[in-house]
Amino acid sequence: MPRRDDLTTILVIGSGPIVIGQACEFDYSGTQACRVLRDDGYRVVLVNSNPATIMTDPDFADRTYIEPLTPEVLARIIERERPDAVLPTLGGQTGLNLAMALYEQGLIGRPGTPEMIGADAEAIATAEDRERFKEAMVEIGLDVPRSGIAHDVATAVAVADDVGLPVIIRPAYILGGRGTGIAVTTDEVVRLAAIGLAASPIGEILVEESIAGWKEFELEVMRDRADNCVVVCSIENVDPMGVHTGDSITVAPAQTLTDVEYQQMRDDAFACIRRVGVETGGSNVQFALDPVTGRQVIIEMNPRVSRSSALASKATGFPIAKIAARLAVGYTLDEIQNDVTGVTPACFEPTIDYVVTKVPRWAFEKLPGTSGVLGTQMQSVGEVMAIGRTFPESLQKALRSLEQGRAGLNCDAAERQLAARVTDELLVAVATPTPDRIFQLGELLRRGVTVDDLNAACRIDAWFLDQLLAIVEERGALEEHSGPDELATREWRRAKRLGFSDVQLAHLWSVSEVAVRTARQACGVEPTYKTVDTCAPSSPPRRRTTTRRGRTRARSVRRTARASSFSARAPTASARASSSTTAASTPASPCARPASRRS
Amino acid sequence: MSDPKRSELLVATGPNQPVATSRMRRADGILVLADGTLFEGELIGASTAAAGEVVFNTAMTGYQEILSDPSYAGQIITFTTPHIGNYGVNLADFEARRLFCRGVVVRELARRPSSRRSTGDLDSLLRRYDVPGITGVDTRRLTRLIRETGAIPGAIGPADDVARITAAAADEPGTDGIDLVSTVTTAEPYTVGGDGPFRVVAYDFGIKRTILRHLAELGVVEVVPASTPAADVVARRPDGVFLSNGPGDPALLPGPVAAIQELLGTGIPVFGICLGHQLLGRALGGDTVKLAFGHHGANHPVKDLTTGAIEITSQNHNFAVAVGSIAGVADLTHVNLNDGVCEGLAARDANAFGVQHHPEAGPGPHDSRYLFHRFLARMTSAGGRSAVTVGGSMSGDEPVGLPVPERGVG
Amino acid sequence: MINCNPETVSTDYDTSDRLYFEPLTQEDVLHVIAAETAAAGGVPPKVIVALGGQTPLKLASLIPPQLVAGTAAASIDLAEDREKWNALCHELQIPQPPGGTATDLEDALDIVSGIGFPVLVRPSYVLGGRAMQIVHDVNQLATAMAELAGFGSLGREGGLSAERPVLIDRFLASAVEVDVDAVRDHTGEVLIGGVMEHVEEAGVHSGDSACAIPPPTLAPWVVEVIAAYTAAIAERLDVRGLINVQYAVVGTTVYVIEANPRASRTVPFVAKATGVPLAKVATRVMLGATLAELRAEGLLVESALRDHVAVKEAVLPFSRFPEVDPALGPEMRSTGEVMGIDATFGRAFYKAELAAGNPLPADGTVFLSLADPDKPAGLVVAKRLRQLGLGVVATQGTADYLARFGQGVDEVVAKVSEGAGKTAVDLIAAGEVTFVVNTPQGRGGRTDGEQIRKAATLHRIANVTTVDAALAAVQGLLEQRGHPIAVRSLQEHHAP
Repeated sequence: MPRRDDLTTILVIGSGPIVIGQACEFDYSGTQACRVLRDDGYRVVLVNSNPATIMTDPDFADRTYIEPLTPEVLARIIERERPDAVLPTLGGQTGLNLAMALYEQGLIGRPGTPEMIGADAEAIATAEDRERFKEAMVEIGLDVPRSGIAHDVATAVAVADDVGLPVIIRPAYILGGRGTGIAVTTDEVVRLAAIGLAASPIGEILVEESIAGWKEFELEVMRDRADNCVVVCSIENVDPMGVHTGDSITVAPAQTLTDVEYQQMRDDAFACIRRVGVETGGSNVQFALDPVTGRQVIIEMNPRVSRSSALASKATGFPIAKIAARLAVGYTLDEIQNDVTGVTPACFEPTIDYVVTKVPRWAFEKLPGTSGVLGTQMQSVGEVMAIGRTFPESLQKALRSLEQGRAGLNCDAAERQLAARVTDELLVAVATPTPDRIFQLGELLRRGVTVDDLNAACRIDAWFLDQLLAIVEERGALEEHSGPDELATREWRRAKRLGFSDVQLAHLWSVSEVAVRTARQACGVEPTYKTVDTCAPSSPPRRRTTTRRGRTRARSVRRTARASSFSARAPTASARASSSTTAASTPASPCARPASRRS
Repeated sequence: MSDPKRSELLVATGPNQPVATSRMRRADGILVLADGTLFEGELIGASTAAAGEVVFNTAMTGYQEILSDPSYAGQIITFTTPHIGNYGVNLADFEARRLFCRGVVVRELARRPSSRRSTGDLDSLLRRYDVPGITGVDTRRLTRLIRETGAIPGAIGPADDVARITAAAADEPGTDGIDLVSTVTTAEPYTVGGDGPFRVVAYDFGIKRTILRHLAELGVVEVVPASTPAADVVARRPDGVFLSNGPGDPALLPGPVAAIQELLGTGIPVFGICLGHQLLGRALGGDTVKLAFGHHGANHPVKDLTTGAIEITSQNHNFAVAVGSIAGVADLTHVNLNDGVCEGLAARDANAFGVQHHPEAGPGPHDSRYLFHRFLARMTSAGGRSAVTVGGSMSGDEPVGLPVPERGVG
Repeated sequence: MINCNPETVSTDYDTSDRLYFEPLTQEDVLHVIAAETAAAGGVPPKVIVALGGQTPLKLASLIPPQLVAGTAAASIDLAEDREKWNALCHELQIPQPPGGTATDLEDALDIVSGIGFPVLVRPSYVLGGRAMQIVHDVNQLATAMAELAGFGSLGREGGLSAERPVLIDRFLASAVEVDVDAVRDHTGEVLIGGVMEHVEEAGVHSGDSACAIPPPTLAPWVVEVIAAYTAAIAERLDVRGLINVQYAVVGTTVYVIEANPRASRTVPFVAKATGVPLAKVATRVMLGATLAELRAEGLLVESALRDHVAVKEAVLPFSRFPEVDPALGPEMRSTGEVMGIDATFGRAFYKAELAAGNPLPADGTVFLSLADPDKPAGLVVAKRLRQLGLGVVATQGTADYLARFGQGVDEVVAKVSEGAGKTAVDLIAAGEVTFVVNTPQGRGGRTDGEQIRKAATLHRIANVTTVDAALAAVQGLLEQRGHPIAVRSLQEHHAP
């Protein structure tokens, strides 16, 4: 099914200003969409109120409207530009809500008006209305948390009694979990229901069995018009349920699922996207897994490109938004090329041989009066991502990427603040999710608190805690040396593989960062950079194309993303070969070279 | 088919216990390839040296299923996914009665597993089945190397024994020209399933338990050794004959190919998976070729040419049916979208079809499970006992040695 | 490209030839430079630090200086080091608000004795005006100094020091704040990208303030002076690329507040308002092109600012933090921004507020509660609201003041703290007002105003917390009245 020729002009709705829960990831997705739609010859009309976006650079659309994102304004633009279709799934919740408002007013999605491509009103309503979503999921046999819907406080209390406290209260049609909270007592139900009802544009809340403490997973799913489905990436939240996924430290791919569990989740995610009826494009499906009983429930799905899609795209090299835009205009997954390999189709599931860690960044210090406690309502203002060959390496890199004065998982000047606190107090503290919890866990492990005790306290999976312990134990081993000159190549490499920065090592030995670097480089330990190739280098590299053929085709030049991973240049045979990998400045590898040609 | 005894699998650590502390240093180890390339790491698993053909698998979940897949007989498996052993091991996820691979190479073996399904840790499992391994290896570099040179013989052993390990790698013949099927096939016929209306005779070239579970939903499955003559199969009065997956080069199995040729003449529906598919291709007169480094992963897109649908498949093979060689006798039904390799065929003049990938998916995506329904449909229309619905539970007598999966069968 | 933020277009695989997903630390940046040098056969790359805000600018001094493209690290230091900067302004005879640097309370008191209260107190080398305060007396000063000593990274790194002092400046009350983005090339030509006038007066962080281009109230000669100052500063700093300079205009005096030789957050706004691709132009200039060359090749076009005005408005996160007072101050708290573009300032402001989710009311009743210094302007606001046919309710003090000038109100509400009778919070909760104008009364304490502002945020009633914004709002309402919103694309606005 090739490109649709019955469409000429497509209206792309942007996501408006950066707010908590909706950052520049939708600039990224919208920009990709504008690019590919224009490359495919469509006339693109873009509307977004946010000037601080790439997509509103006038080069990215045929008509760029920096205008308020209200139904009235959109109606004027539709009247002026007469688009054949509206693409609402790349502008975050704002784009989706606006499209629904336009649909309600009869301006789009009806005969004689612009068509809604990507997801239609029915699909959006099914995914966004929690009660409808739950019914739909039960209908196809998926397990969901027990819940009920309320339009007033009294009903909310009755539902809470029914499903059992604690309950989680979520308003319908909201951005990034705003107005959501967990109530442990009936008094809290009353208070949070009132806030939730006020936050919901339609005055509706869902009162739901709390599954706080369960493990949380997300799958990024794509579907095309021919009903082909693929999972782009699985994501595991380090912080268990109870912390908004936007406020959780997350890891891709999922680390603690057996194949049986993962495939069940994959089947359920496909069943979900099909039932909801997202005809083409990407969706984010969230699951919770009870670590004790193994019960797995579906939490929610976003029938659109989401924050996690940006992360998944960059973690795997699979450009979800770009492909979603092309699927929306009729292509099928097998007709679209994998950008990174340049030769294989986009109809595949990336496999990666590294670990990606995302850590949110908060700004509580600017908001005096806030508690700094994380919950089901998203509060972070941004995030960082780091790639490492292992979780410890990527976590430490991500923590120093935050630019909040930390050099990794402790082992820096800022850890002094933790040193002053007694163990019992810290053990209590880690039960509450906060931005500092990860550092507190590191400190407690250093003091000898066991993984099992910490797991009981914070319910973070023991595997993750044991990985933190690996970092902490390595620090102990490094501390047995008195300075950087004592380390052998093998020890340098081990420290670097666990993500220790020169700054951390300098702190450990009270020497300068330069002294550490000099000693390390004297041992020949330098980073190598590995390519994000979508396929865990399972196929040979294609010759790097450097020919540029005209402006639009310039993008055929190979783009690669890389992440460092330490190894030593000398003196062993393996180290030498690793460094040659570096020097070769490897281009991305196609997932498949026709094997038959070689045989 | 015997099951590993629980007492042996439930190793000393019990579920979710730390298996190694940082202070417990593992012995330094090396992996040497036949071309002399050396990788450093630390030894895990059984404390023996081992040699085999080094291959890689890119699946991100399912290491236990992969390690216990008989198709890996004679091979040393490299996992591209860096963290291996995270969720431990359990009884349900075994694909065979023991491990058949020769060794395992990982980037980072989990220090402690964490999963409610876990009944032991991977390191202990490797020791239990005498499989050595190495962790801390730059698996990306190794994978790139295999990708460039193809599967290559190699050896794992202690770092202080470079000369011996290097010699072992050089002496290792790999899998070319070696009959590996005879090392993995069952010695005696056995039966699984029982309630369903159909009788399926399954050739065991290295059959996986997940396949047996799917076949058992169709009825009684009589598993027979690879060397079983066609007449013995026909004598069992099957509604369908299944040709299993297995290790190595199909060209080395003239016996089974001859048996299949005979069976094709009977009109009994035949279904082959992986090696079974390749043998079917040869029985139809086609050729098989060795791929550069094969397909080993859980993310290969395959198009079903009969419906146009695309399925993401689990694959593990080094050989394939040469597309041109079956022209006229069979139709190409499935093709690998990455590289055009033949993924499925249907005979024109015989009631037989096969697929190169693994529709049973243990591990891997479930997209291709419909193929068992196609087998069912062929058995039904060939006048099998009666039509049945598929997808029911495996209630009733559990077949011996078939651990009950917790979810997701069917 | 090196960046660690997965959300941005900059970390799209299509954006750069090679993308390094690495932390922005010295160690990582040096490694990437080494890797790229090796990949290029020993030729080191040029490094652009001026387009990523404060983070890469700080890295500029940590990498080999010859690699930095554009403005040299020494120039960046010249603009950031308080003493050198003062000397530079002195030499150019550009007025600055009086002030100094202090490492303890004693120093601070010394400075204040020379310049008088109120003063603006802020840590040096921090982002986004963090921990910036306006201080009115000695007690507040002592508190502020104590807080700063333990503040954030300062606290972690051992408190205040000579390298990390506190900056204390005379606070210029009622000043008009102005932002300028300019580009200078190596020949010395300076392009003034845009002169932006802030809606809120000095004291509100520029990132949280609305601003307009072209400046709606500044006299043309003031704009010319500002342009001349900017060119002189850029020249003196030997800028190669972008520079952002902030000014405060009091009466006829133009004070320079600070200069940053890098891309500022207003660059995209200016580019979209004027049609001049400032970041592209600046990047080419950093790599050696001249403005004349870029003009010749057609990249640098004339500003299209002829018959439209653009207003940028900040978007604040308060609806998510109902416990926080939404009054604006010197610390930046906005998360994002929107732009309104239309034929007049009023209409553009109207659109900007609409886009920011703070729609100006077409009808209904407006609640007014003003601090004393704001009352004269508030009188104008009240008059205009009446002209527009809107109802007005006010607190006792505001109502009394308005009555004195013949402006009656429909209802006087009780003080929240008195708890007797209907209060503004009650009105807001009941949905009886459609717009809230509440300007902060002095400082500290849990004032009525704070509760009113929080209530407006909680119940999502459009509101403004400065009288300047209220004036702009009534202007917008007047100009928009009776017209449907007109839309026009950037391509049409920019057409020559």
